[in-house]
Amino acid sequence: MTLAIQLEDLRKTFGHTVRALDGVSFGVETGAIFGLLGPNGAGKTTVVRILTTVLAADGGRAEVLGHNVKTEPDVVRTLIGLAGQFAAVDESLTGAENLWMVGRLNHMAKAPLKSRVSSLLEQFGLTDAADRPTKTYSGGMRRRLDVAASLVGHPKVLFLDEPTTGLDPASRADVWAMIEGLAAEGTTVLLTTQYLEEADRLAEQLVVIDHGKVIAEGTPANLKASMGATVLDLGLADEATALRAGEVLSMVTDKPPVVLGKTVEVNVNDGPRIVTEALRILETEGIAPTTLALREPSLDDVFLALTGHRAEMEPDADPQGDQGADGRRRATKRGRS
Amino acid sequence: MSTTTIPAPAASFEAPPAHGRLYWAVADALTMTKRNLIGYTRVPEAIFFSSVQPIMFVLLFRYLFGGAIPTPGYHYVQFLMPGIFVQTVAFGSIGTSIGLAEDLQKGLIERFRALPMSRWAVLAGRTTADLCRNLFVMALMTAVGYAVGYRIGTNVGEYLAGILLLLLFAYALSWGFAFIGLSAPNSETAQLMSFPLLFPLTFASSAFVPLQSMPGWLQGFARHQPVSIVVNAARDLMSGVPKADLVFSPFTSLASTGRTNSTVFWAVIWSLGILVVLAPISVRRYRRHTL
Repeated sequence: MTLAIQLEDLRKTFGHTVRALDGVSFGVETGAIFGLLGPNGAGKTTVVRILTTVLAADGGRAEVLGHNVKTEPDVVRTLIGLAGQFAAVDESLTGAENLWMVGRLNHMAKAPLKSRVSSLLEQFGLTDAADRPTKTYSGGMRRRLDVAASLVGHPKVLFLDEPTTGLDPASRADVWAMIEGLAAEGTTVLLTTQYLEEADRLAEQLVVIDHGKVIAEGTPANLKASMGATVLDLGLADEATALRAGEVLSMVTDKPPVVLGKTVEVNVNDGPRIVTEALRILETEGIAPTTLALREPSLDDVFLALTGHRAEMEPDADPQGDQGADGRRRATKRGRS
Repeated sequence: MSTTTIPAPAASFEAPPAHGRLYWAVADALTMTKRNLIGYTRVPEAIFFSSVQPIMFVLLFRYLFGGAIPTPGYHYVQFLMPGIFVQTVAFGSIGTSIGLAEDLQKGLIERFRALPMSRWAVLAGRTTADLCRNLFVMALMTAVGYAVGYRIGTNVGEYLAGILLLLLFAYALSWGFAFIGLSAPNSETAQLMSFPLLFPLTFASSAFVPLQSMPGWLQGFARHQPVSIVVNAARDLMSGVPKADLVFSPFTSLASTGRTNSTVFWAVIWSLGILVVLAPISVRRYRRHTL
């Protein structure tokens, strides 16, 4: 078995106190799509920055295709592609000029680069917009161009840091299809995400990190099995009723229901059966829920199940990742570096 | 891990041309220069409006304050313009810090750091593009000078030598401002951080008023700081050495006077000194936290 990426006890502290990575170890098989899951501030981006030679680790070892990122950064840089958390494109340049610039900086010869640029523009549906400055692009187009730029140099290992954050569902599906296509061609892809759905759809292997530590590892199926296939959400008239409903429900569910205010949540493996049973037992107790829903588990639920605390999501002021996000990103980056 | 070689590239991969490190260091810097220059041409308004301020300074000093400032040996416009030129290119070099802060803010530097490009190219490309912009601005300012009555006091060759000197000085300053751009949290702050440095240097200098008009304690600083030294050299090259200074050698041509040679010499030394000291500091700053 060849590992495309190997981390051993990776450590990074920002300043003197912020422990971003507290001994992270995992391996990624060559040709796999690997998902790095975790809430904001978990350390996902720090892992990506160290692996892409942008940031130096304080301790531990990181290798890409057998090359140590610390001692052979020049070799590593020729093997990787990086699409960071916010679409890093030059707004004054056109789409084609952006790709050309990145290709030249990847030390590609002009003739092959020319055809590479046009084929990438084609592949990402940007041919019509190729000669427009990217400041006129939509968020989705910018993100697609960003991913295209990470591919110009034919990377063996591709790092995508939250590639679909801020994208509309259609663009998200496009990016997913693109990632699957790359993996089919043999590119190893490490992607970070906050969306369980995304990891579920794409990743063959997953690592969940929180507070700079790996807290779970395995396939998406493993992960979901650890917490039940679906979540039953019940809304009650008031908090007292919710508490009583929680007690009643615990008689029919495998896992203890969680009462949050006027709602009751419970992870269940056999949704439809449980719904019938739950409603029947609640009725015998004279409790009538005001709302009822069966839904797919969210990353939040994974975190609740894995860590016992809710994922502490930063309020996303600007999901498009445009102007507001720039300032915010800068603020967090300052805090960490 | 037993593998120590780079895995064989896929069939579609074109091996990079076999050029040396130096070739790519220069090629990368040129790629970055071109990228920045394209950026300037896409926002011509920015160049236009950044030229407005120096023109305002010309009008302000030429027609408002100038009449009240005695400049022995020179008509005021002959005294002023070389000073305005230096001030203009010096303030232009703030563009370097703003540009780099923007690249940092937008995540572009992050992308550059993960590329196999030469480490110095980001800074070299930015400073070289700013040098080209300053060249354009100097052509414009020459026209403005002509319009307000400035006339070359020496000859075209020495005037151009004066422009070269200004550009060298501004280029050296750019490398210094690169440090601020890489340290500032955003481009607005980079600009705000740059002004307090440049203000005393350009105004407490011989650019607008003769040093003799300043209080003694200020003269000490003003006389020996680099902006004055460059302004004096530029003035000698462009407007000529004041007649008062030539009283003992009326038959010597201006170019061969000892004064011009020594002011220019020290201005070049200062510019090169700034470059040699600040460029490595900025490159170091760029590499910080990086491998």
